[in-house]
Amino acid sequence: MSEENRERQQRTAAMQQNRGPMGGGWGAMGRPVEKPKNFKGTALRLTRYFLPQKFLLMVVFITAILGTVFNIVGPKILGLAITRLADGLIAKIRFQFSPHPLTAVAPGIDFSYIGTILLILLGLYLISSIFMYVQQFIMAGVAQRTMYRLRREVDEKLSRLPLKYFDSRTHGEIMSRAVNDMDNLSTTLQQSITQLISSFVTLLGVIVLMVTISPLLSLIVLLTLPLSLFVTMGIAKRSQNYFRRQQRALGELNGHVEEMYAGHKIVKAFGREAQSVAEFTERNEKLYEASWRAQFVSGIIMPLMRFIGNIGYVFVAVVGGVMVTQGAIAIGDVTAFIQYAQQFTQPITMLANFANVIQSSMASAERIFELLDEQEEVPETEDATVIEHPDGAVRFEHVRFGYTEDNILMEDMNIDVRPGQMIAIVGPTGAGKTTLVNLLMRFYEVNSGSILVDGVDITDIKRGNLRRTFGMVLQDTWLFNGTIRDNIAYGRENASESEIIQAAKAAYADHFIRTLPGSYSTVLNEDATNISSGQKQLLTIARAFLADPEILILDEATSSVDTRTEMQIQTAMAELMKGRTSFVIAHRLSTIRDAELILVMNHGTIIEKGTHQELLAKNGFYADLYNSQFTGRALLEEAV
Amino acid sequence: MIRLMRFMKPYRWVLVLVVILAAAQALGNLYLPNLFADIVNNGIVKGDTGYIWRLGGLMLLVTMGGTIAAVVGIFFSSRVATGFGKIIRAKLFTRVEQFSLHEFDAVSTSSLITRTTNDTTQVQQVTIVMLNMMITAPITLVAGIILALNQDVGLSWILVVVIPILVAAIVILMLNAIPLFRAMQVKLDKLNLVLDEGLTGVRVVRAFDRQRYEERRFDEANLELTNIAIRVNRMIASLMPIMMLCLNLSSIAILWFGANRINNGQMQLGALIAFLQYAMQILFALLMVSMMFIMLPRAAASADRINEVLDILPEINDPEQAKLADEQRGYVEFQDVTFSYPGAEEPALSNISFSARPGEVTAIIGGTGSGKSTLVSLVPRFYDIDSGRVLVDGVDVREMSQEHLRAKIGLVPQKTVLFSGTIAENIRYGKEDATDEEIRYAAEVAQASDFILAMQNGFDSVIAQGGTNVSGGQKQRLSIARALVRRPEIYMFDDSFSALDFKTDARLRSALRRETRESTVFIVSQRVSTVMDADQIIVLEDGRIAGIGNHRELMKTCEVYRDIVSSQLSTEEIAEEIA
Repeated sequence: MSEENRERQQRTAAMQQNRGPMGGGWGAMGRPVEKPKNFKGTALRLTRYFLPQKFLLMVVFITAILGTVFNIVGPKILGLAITRLADGLIAKIRFQFSPHPLTAVAPGIDFSYIGTILLILLGLYLISSIFMYVQQFIMAGVAQRTMYRLRREVDEKLSRLPLKYFDSRTHGEIMSRAVNDMDNLSTTLQQSITQLISSFVTLLGVIVLMVTISPLLSLIVLLTLPLSLFVTMGIAKRSQNYFRRQQRALGELNGHVEEMYAGHKIVKAFGREAQSVAEFTERNEKLYEASWRAQFVSGIIMPLMRFIGNIGYVFVAVVGGVMVTQGAIAIGDVTAFIQYAQQFTQPITMLANFANVIQSSMASAERIFELLDEQEEVPETEDATVIEHPDGAVRFEHVRFGYTEDNILMEDMNIDVRPGQMIAIVGPTGAGKTTLVNLLMRFYEVNSGSILVDGVDITDIKRGNLRRTFGMVLQDTWLFNGTIRDNIAYGRENASESEIIQAAKAAYADHFIRTLPGSYSTVLNEDATNISSGQKQLLTIARAFLADPEILILDEATSSVDTRTEMQIQTAMAELMKGRTSFVIAHRLSTIRDAELILVMNHGTIIEKGTHQELLAKNGFYADLYNSQFTGRALLEEAV
Repeated sequence: MIRLMRFMKPYRWVLVLVVILAAAQALGNLYLPNLFADIVNNGIVKGDTGYIWRLGGLMLLVTMGGTIAAVVGIFFSSRVATGFGKIIRAKLFTRVEQFSLHEFDAVSTSSLITRTTNDTTQVQQVTIVMLNMMITAPITLVAGIILALNQDVGLSWILVVVIPILVAAIVILMLNAIPLFRAMQVKLDKLNLVLDEGLTGVRVVRAFDRQRYEERRFDEANLELTNIAIRVNRMIASLMPIMMLCLNLSSIAILWFGANRINNGQMQLGALIAFLQYAMQILFALLMVSMMFIMLPRAAASADRINEVLDILPEINDPEQAKLADEQRGYVEFQDVTFSYPGAEEPALSNISFSARPGEVTAIIGGTGSGKSTLVSLVPRFYDIDSGRVLVDGVDVREMSQEHLRAKIGLVPQKTVLFSGTIAENIRYGKEDATDEEIRYAAEVAQASDFILAMQNGFDSVIAQGGTNVSGGQKQRLSIARALVRRPEIYMFDDSFSALDFKTDARLRSALRRETRESTVFIVSQRVSTVMDADQIIVLEDGRIAGIGNHRELMKTCEVYRDIVSSQLSTEEIAEEIA
């Protein structure tokens, strides 16, 4: 992957990840959320991935529930201690201020009771923390193993998808599903699910405990609930609007930056720096205006929620205090209540937050499932054959093909290629020469008619066998991040070292490989920029030599290669073509003239075919093309 | 990060205000338990209901005041933080626009884009969080400790014990987790790389029937990532339980020792309850502060990357007293020019001397890396040379202003760049005040009118960002039209016909020939057929001139040229040619 690609990916990842640094945490409130189309279906389907680990998941649920329960009964029990403390204190004060016999024992604070309570509490808190840890610990394994499975399924799916899938969408689009959506889902599985459980249990438990302590005080706290919902909803709506505006402004600004930087040379050459900065300033100002509003509106949610919480707190303190003086409630219950009232708003904010996080995760999951549901390649027939020793004969019989039904490129195409023949494919750039490759390799299926290799319809040959019959040396030389040895050996599994060197020698690559610091063990970097493009081509030729196919597909394009390497490539290609059937995407006149058959393509269609002489005689597109190449020389002759 | 703070300067008074407001808010929140303590001590214990109501009212006022302070504070902090981001972005962009190609090469375009967009956003985001939350946390921490001391000094030792334990736990955990997080990122990158390679090479993978092999490669990376992700998350799993345990244990300790002090008459009940609540607030504030330390490294990395760019001073600047080159039109002369790219061992061009005059076509040919494009980019002074002189219209390019120099030149670069906007806007980029007639004419000469008029909105058709909705050949022709509309003294075509088919190429060149009769023309190409009718062909090899002359002369005298010709044309053609 090139640096540029990776950086762009990081950029999109960062843009999509509008979530705090801790993942599902703060700051997510009030941002526009992407909603899944089918929440229930997606959630159910996701659940199925957890089934193999259902026992562990049960443990997670139970420990999460118990851990939370133990934690929330804490304040209630602590309250018991405070009440006993206060009772003792008040009794003590009363004793001091009331007449009593000197011999009477002064009432004191019941330390043994308080001590017992605190010991119980200690135990509860310890267990609660242990449970919380166990739950998180197990969930880490469950979530990550699920992600592992999902990622593997996606990868395996990708290798079963037809080429059509890859050609009809951008690279970035597929990567975004496999990387960003996966990442999004992974964070949610890891953090949000257990937090969701504990928030829910907390909410429920706190309500139950509050009601058992004091229905009246509970009513006061519960009255703040609609208030906080009202505030959250109202603000979230406005803030989503501002965030959308901010996102748009940011997109426009970043677009300008990308364009201006990518076109820096042009900006300089045409002296347009000032205009570029002016445009930037305008967009930057727009972004600022949208940004600060979005930040402000979403920022005040927290203090407002705290305000509502505090109102509840004050009322509980006052009403509870009055009730204590009337003996209607114990003081420890009031202090416990205050803690509950504070804990009460927390899970509500959390849950509101999770609603967003979970929705966007489900949208991600949905996109991943969409990929998993894509139509796969036409399966191989049951009795697909393997051609053991192919001769390299290729026939097109009445082939009809188009990428879409309403744009048919080939109609009743018939070609007959005998073993060892050379076919030149000629045409202007973008003429659709890859179409031929797509059909021969069965990357795409023909609409009707058939293509035969050695007389066998390619749909009856095992895909792997068919494709191994062909060798490709294309212009966009694909090499992967690995050693040169591995890259050449890609042509044939289990190739020996001497076979690899032999292939490199045949491709005139041995010499330059040995001049590299690591020789055959040199690791090609991500973009293979540590060797020249001509050397890359030599490596792909070596790979084809090693694969030793019967039929070749070659691309002769030779731009941006220095003269010496160019010569080597030509000789190596000629060597490689000996004794093999070859389809050459030709740019050189000598190749075209030597070809047994020339296919002239334009706009994806084969418009003429024949030998050089036949086509010239026809005086059609080919003749035109051929002659126009020498207009330059005609001009020269005029000038002389 | 701290160095970037210099851009906060215009906001320094607002910042002071934000801190004051944050303090007010924090104190308001902390004052509530204090008031509640009074309710307990003076109201509940003594049974004074009126006092309870009065203090309740006061509590309400305090919380309202705190909230107002918070909202006003957030109003200002949002403006400060986003304004800060705005200033950084503007500084960066303005600086980058001054850069010469040299600085662009050094940092790389994509990295500059990330720094201007992603890194500034990152810094802005952290600033927002810091201003909104992180200012209050330390204030709460300090004020909470003071208030707790104020309530009861005797219990404070509990805080003295718990806070260091908590801090130590967080620090130890983070020190262990951060390297793991980094390792996880590496594994994730690796996984993405494998996936990306599989997508790029999908045809090759299938052609060699190596899907199984690719799946294995992916599976390995996937497994490695999974294992490390499990380790990281398991480690992080202990964070919250430890925090909660510390928090809960300290409240138990406070209650136990507090009860004893109350029994001895050293402390009041209300103070105990207030102390409990303070302890909670203090420990939560501590948690927030620790979050800040998690966020900061990321923001600091971004800030460093931004500073790096701001520290680069553009190498090419206008001279203080710029000369005007108005005496001649279209004369370009290289005098013994040697140039090397920064950090390169070998010069990219050595001892280049030649001159070009109006009405002449100078073609430059040579293999990749021979220095063709470099030579062309020295005329508009995209780079400064090591030695020798580049003269345009008799004046050294370093002695005139860049604007004056570049106004003389119409460049068509190798890599075609169009901007989003209409076709007319793109062509007008060459000359801001070009009339519609001029634009149409330029398109006509560039052989672009046919396809432009075939588009739905003609000249008003919109080009997408990166020009993705036009073909390579169409892009090149628009790029040529953009240079033509400028009517410059000097044309530079840097491999500008490569995406055209032979027919269009030929038509275009004969149209250009008529159009550029008065101008100096440079053509860089790999194709012999493109250069062979030039008045002067410069053959470059390894940055040196291997031959200079017209086609016929070079065929006789220059071996490098003959090699290039023979690699592109078959022998019979060359024979025909020479004959």
